[in-house]
Amino acid sequence: MSDLNLNELVQHAHANNDYDSLIKLVPYAKLIGIECLRLGDEMVFRLPQNEDNIGNPLPAIHGGVIAGFMEHAAMLHLLMFMGAPHLPKIIDFSIDYLRAGHYRDTFAACQVWRQGRRVANVAITAWQTHQAEPIATARCHFKIDEP
Amino acid sequence: MSDSQILERTQRFLSFLRHCQVLGLTVEHADSRGLTLRLPYSEKIIGNPETGGVHGGAITTLMDTTCGISTACALPELEVCPTLDLRIDYMHPAEAGHDIFGFAECYRVTPTVIFTRGVAYQRDINEPIAHVVGTFMRMGKAAPAAMGKEGGA
Repeated sequence: MSDLNLNELVQHAHANNDYDSLIKLVPYAKLIGIECLRLGDEMVFRLPQNEDNIGNPLPAIHGGVIAGFMEHAAMLHLLMFMGAPHLPKIIDFSIDYLRAGHYRDTFAACQVWRQGRRVANVAITAWQTHQAEPIATARCHFKIDEP
Repeated sequence: MSDSQILERTQRFLSFLRHCQVLGLTVEHADSRGLTLRLPYSEKIIGNPETGGVHGGAITTLMDTTCGISTACALPELEVCPTLDLRIDYMHPAEAGHDIFGFAECYRVTPTVIFTRGVAYQRDINEPIAHVVGTFMRMGKAAPAAMGKEGGA
């Protein structure tokens, strides 16, 4: 996929407030069911309640799915706001689980603490009921210069 | 506990986790030293459409599961151990078309916390895709005093 395609896709998504084409780009995002919601200039990501994401008989969402959701939210956030020319590549990912991820919708928001020429640092918060009571926080680095 | 009991216990543990069935995770090997799970390659877990490489989220799920169930290799009785935290460092991207293996071991077991570490790899465990460390809480039964000493690996 060329730079142009990716940038066009992002611009088209912003213009139409329809992020489906960006989600469809990545099969894993479709598998777990990630959605994007634009609220003004902010982006909130949603992981709808889905039986296939359960990883605990409680039932609770699999911790790995929560992590995958947060990692992908961070990647999409970089694509959408920071003009990353290619799909950013993950360097490392670290997550703290604070509360059980119950069988219901989960949300995530991202904060880019630094974007250099080659590496970006992103913090992600995931919650279910109140944003101030996160179920998990994560941080990761992406490599952003690669073709 | 014998290695065949450990194998049976880890397989049972894995069978309860629906998302792991969706990904097709299976127990490759289990004994008192640690656990190896297999994540079969499939198009639905691709994270990079340009290369066909597997998404980090699927690898995180593999490693969270491997580290979590590896606690069953080190504990005398089955306990539910939720993840406190998990960190993954990617050495290089996963190669498209090949299954990914996750190995994990418990390198310290205390009455309240279990420290695990592991690797994700494809052809060779000595050339891992990723290194992982994870910490798990012990929620289960009161831990026998003997578990306070060096456990697991």
